[in-house]
Amino acid sequence: MDFVFKNKRISGILTILPRKAIKFEDEIENYSFSPAKCMKLKLAMGYKEHRIAEPGQTSVDFAIHGLQYLFDNGMLQKDEIDAILFVSQSPDYIMPPSSNIIQGHFGIKQDCLCLDINQGCAGFEIGLIQSFLLLDQPSINKVVLINAEVLSSRTSKRDRNSWPLAGDAAAITIVEKTNDNLTIYANVKTDGTNAFALNIPAGGFRMPSNAETAVMEQDEAGNWRCKDNLVMKGDDVFNFVQREVPPMIEHLYVQSGVDRNEVDWYMFHQPNKFMLHKLADKLGIPHEKMPANIVENFGNASGVTVPTCISYNLGDQLVNGKMRLCLAGFGVGLTWSSIMMEMGNMNFNKIIEF
Amino acid sequence: MKEQVIKILTELRPEFDFTKEGLNFIEEGMLDSFDIVSLVNELDNQYGISIDGLDIVPDNFCSVESIVALLIKNGVK
Repeated sequence: MDFVFKNKRISGILTILPRKAIKFEDEIENYSFSPAKCMKLKLAMGYKEHRIAEPGQTSVDFAIHGLQYLFDNGMLQKDEIDAILFVSQSPDYIMPPSSNIIQGHFGIKQDCLCLDINQGCAGFEIGLIQSFLLLDQPSINKVVLINAEVLSSRTSKRDRNSWPLAGDAAAITIVEKTNDNLTIYANVKTDGTNAFALNIPAGGFRMPSNAETAVMEQDEAGNWRCKDNLVMKGDDVFNFVQREVPPMIEHLYVQSGVDRNEVDWYMFHQPNKFMLHKLADKLGIPHEKMPANIVENFGNASGVTVPTCISYNLGDQLVNGKMRLCLAGFGVGLTWSSIMMEMGNMNFNKIIEF
Repeated sequence: MKEQVIKILTELRPEFDFTKEGLNFIEEGMLDSFDIVSLVNELDNQYGISIDGLDIVPDNFCSVESIVALLIKNGVK
């Protein structure tokens, strides 16, 4: 499904990372691999360091910390927020919505649309598309898009498919109307028939968490996890990404009329370095234009990886200048989405810690 | 090329004998998906190629012959 938007812009991105950093070498004993094999994997997959929230720190805590920073520093005014979108798979509660909790916490005006969206790896793109759609309304001029995840607490440390790459983080993206004559091109695809390629079996109404769902079990590959933990069918996800993402980006070139060489940066979701390099090679894009350093340095925080990639790699370059970016997210759902847009002259684009 | 592939495999999993005939490396548990990632990374670097992501499936890594065929497909002589 294709989308076209006009006169919308991203005016700021603030990424919030946990202070706690864990090195891959410090956890090797969890994975029952030889040290030599671990080192080879470290190089190929980009296992270096990941940021993990402290016990008790929630996705809403990260969002509140970031918003407080923006308010305290005059980077955002409460009364100009017309909508809060909260995209996460690790909300504080099943009920009420996290976006409502945040609106209430800050006493943001009641004329404010609050919406929680359950999306993962494509959560930044889905959140942006929803923000652009809302901004077509006369009553909505500024949307606060929050992507936040603390999924590490639902990931088994003895699951070598998932834990070495697990990461927690949040990002607050300000999306607003502009008079600049900019056109944004986007697309989304969905395949719910493979929804369980990435899943957490227990904890919802279908299988409530209890003592049985907390029992650790070993899978065929030697990973230990319980039904409360995240399950990633790595081979299925890898094949899905290699099969579906290149044609999606090729379609985006046609849709937007932008040649691959006219794109300054490819800011893609960060599943692992190996997968990103394979995508870049398939698309004929130099590795330097598609950074893989977020998963390497901070871990994969699902929908937060793309805004983190933008903040970490471009920072003030997007405050002082303009660039053409191709964004892409792919994973949980299965959902895959991409956006071609110019970004720049932003009010802020930075990372803080919590 | 065959000898070089065996050398890379042996460095990856020194506990196995990759010269034995008739083995299926995947079914025998000699290579898992993580080994395949490391192997592809090594082959890409050594031969200056990039094996297509769609070709990274177990059937292409189940024997020395299948790996050699994959290299030939990628222009390695």
